[in-house]
Amino acid sequence: MYSEKVLKHFKNPKFAGEIKNPDAVGQVGNPRCGDVMKIFLKVKDNIIKDIKFKTFGCIAAIAASDMMCELAKGKTIDKALKIKADDIVKGLGKMPVIKYHCSILGTQALKKAIENYQRSKK
Amino acid sequence: MKRIYLDNGATTMLDPKVIEAMLPYFTAKYGNASSAHSFGEEASEALEKSRAVIAKSINANPDEIIFTSGGTESNNFALKSIAFTNKNKGNHIIVSKVEHKCIMKACKWLEQQGFNITYLGVDKEGFVNPDDLEKAITDKTILVSIIHGNNETGTINDLKKLGDVCKKHSVYFHTDACQSYTKTEINVKNQDIDLITLNAHKIHGPKGIGALYIRKGTSIKPWQHGGDHEFGMRAGTEDIPGIVGFAEAVKIAMNKKHIAYMANLRDILIKGVLEIPEVKLNGPIGAKRLCNSANFTFKGIEGEAIGGYLNNKGIASSTGSACSARTLEPSYVLMAIGLSHEQANSSLRLTLSRFTTKEEIDYTLKVLLEVVKSLRKISPFWEE
Repeated sequence: MYSEKVLKHFKNPKFAGEIKNPDAVGQVGNPRCGDVMKIFLKVKDNIIKDIKFKTFGCIAAIAASDMMCELAKGKTIDKALKIKADDIVKGLGKMPVIKYHCSILGTQALKKAIENYQRSKK
Repeated sequence: MKRIYLDNGATTMLDPKVIEAMLPYFTAKYGNASSAHSFGEEASEALEKSRAVIAKSINANPDEIIFTSGGTESNNFALKSIAFTNKNKGNHIIVSKVEHKCIMKACKWLEQQGFNITYLGVDKEGFVNPDDLEKAITDKTILVSIIHGNNETGTINDLKKLGDVCKKHSVYFHTDACQSYTKTEINVKNQDIDLITLNAHKIHGPKGIGALYIRKGTSIKPWQHGGDHEFGMRAGTEDIPGIVGFAEAVKIAMNKKHIAYMANLRDILIKGVLEIPEVKLNGPIGAKRLCNSANFTFKGIEGEAIGGYLNNKGIASSTGSACSARTLEPSYVLMAIGLSHEQANSSLRLTLSRFTTKEEIDYTLKVLLEVVKSLRKISPFWEE
C-alpha cells in the first residue's frame, strides 16, 4: 500500500516538532478532511535555515510533511516556492493516488509559511 | 516480530479444529449433495447435519436455514428478495443509519428500483429506539432491517423490542447478525425476527460461507436461480467443506465461557486505554456491547496514523478514519452516533477473539500509550 520511503518518513520524521521563536508559521488544511499541517520557519539571508512541522493526519500526510521539509531546508525562498507536489511524491518513491492531495497540502503549507514570512518583513 | 491480531471484527483465524472437520470433504467425501450415489449421500448427510447445528444455535427449524456465500449475499438476498416479493403490499423499507455497507448499497439500489427507504437515526451509543421505529412505519412498509451487533460501535440492539414493534404492525423484520452471532443470544422462538443474516468467518469458521434464516411462512422468492438446492431458495452446488466448517465453528463458539473470557479482556483493554488522557470510548459499556469490541477516539491524532504505528509494532487494528488508503470519507456509523468529522477521523477499533491473550492486551496497551504520545507530540492540535 505505502512505499518503504513513505513508511520510513512516517516512522522517523526528522523534521517533526516546532521551532521556538520562528520567523514565520503557516497552517493549512481542515480536520474535517483529515489533514492539517503547520509549518515553522527560520530564515536567514533569504535562505530557509530551519524548518519543522506539526501534522494532524494519516501516514501519507506525515510522510509528505517530512519530505517537504527535507526538500525545503537550505533552499532560497524563491527556490522553495518552486517545490511541487510531484517533487514530494518523487522523493517518497510513490504515493497511492487517493493520497496525492497530502503532497499538495505540503506545498500549500510551505507557501503559506513563506507568505507569512514575507508579509512580516514588509 | 511477534504479531498481534486485534481486527477480529474484520475476520478471524480459522480454528484448527474447524479445518480438521472440513478436510475429509475436500478429498474423500467430495460428492455433490444433489447426486443420488454414495458420494452424494455423504455430502447430503453432512449438509443436513450442519444445517441442524446452525438451526439449533438460534432455536430454529433446519428447513428455515438457507446456506449462502456469506453475510453480504444473505443481506442482499433478504432485502432485495423481500422487497420484490412483497411490492404488491408496499414499497417502503426501514433501515438504520449504522447498517453495514452492503445493506446501505442494496438500499441505494432499491431506491433506484422505486422503493422508498427510511434511514433511522440512532442514539449516542448507537441504539435504535423502538419508538422511533414504530413512528417510521407506514401502511406502505414491508420490511425493517436493523443490525444486531454493530461492527464499529459494538452496540447490541434489542431484537426482542424491535421485533415486537414489527410484529405488531405485520412488517417483516430482518437483522444482520454477522458480528453478534454466538456472542449474544439469538432465539427465534422468543424474538420475533423473520430473517437473520449469519456468517462463519467472524467466528473462526471459513470465509465464503454464511446463512440466511427465513421464518417459515415468510413471503420470499429465490433471488439466485438455477437448480433446486436449499429447498429451491438458493440455487448453486452447496460448498460442503465450507458448510461443515461453519457448523463446527458454531458448535465450538456456542459456549458462554468464550463470551465471558472475551468480555473480561475487552474490559481490561477499555480500562487501560481510557487511562490515556483525552480518550473517549465509542458505543456502550457492559453487556449491551459486543464482548470482543472496543472503539476509541483519541483527541488530536488521526486514526490511520495510529493504526500505521501499531502495525509497525506488529499490532493489527482497524480505523474509523477518513484517511484509510482506500477511502476519504469518515465512518458514517461514527458520525451517526454524533461524532464530529474530526472525532470520527481520530478513531480506532480493536476487536478481540477467544484466542487473544492477556499478554497481548498488556503489550497493546503499552504500545498504544507510546504511539499516542509520539503522534500527539507532532500534532498541531495538542498542547502539552
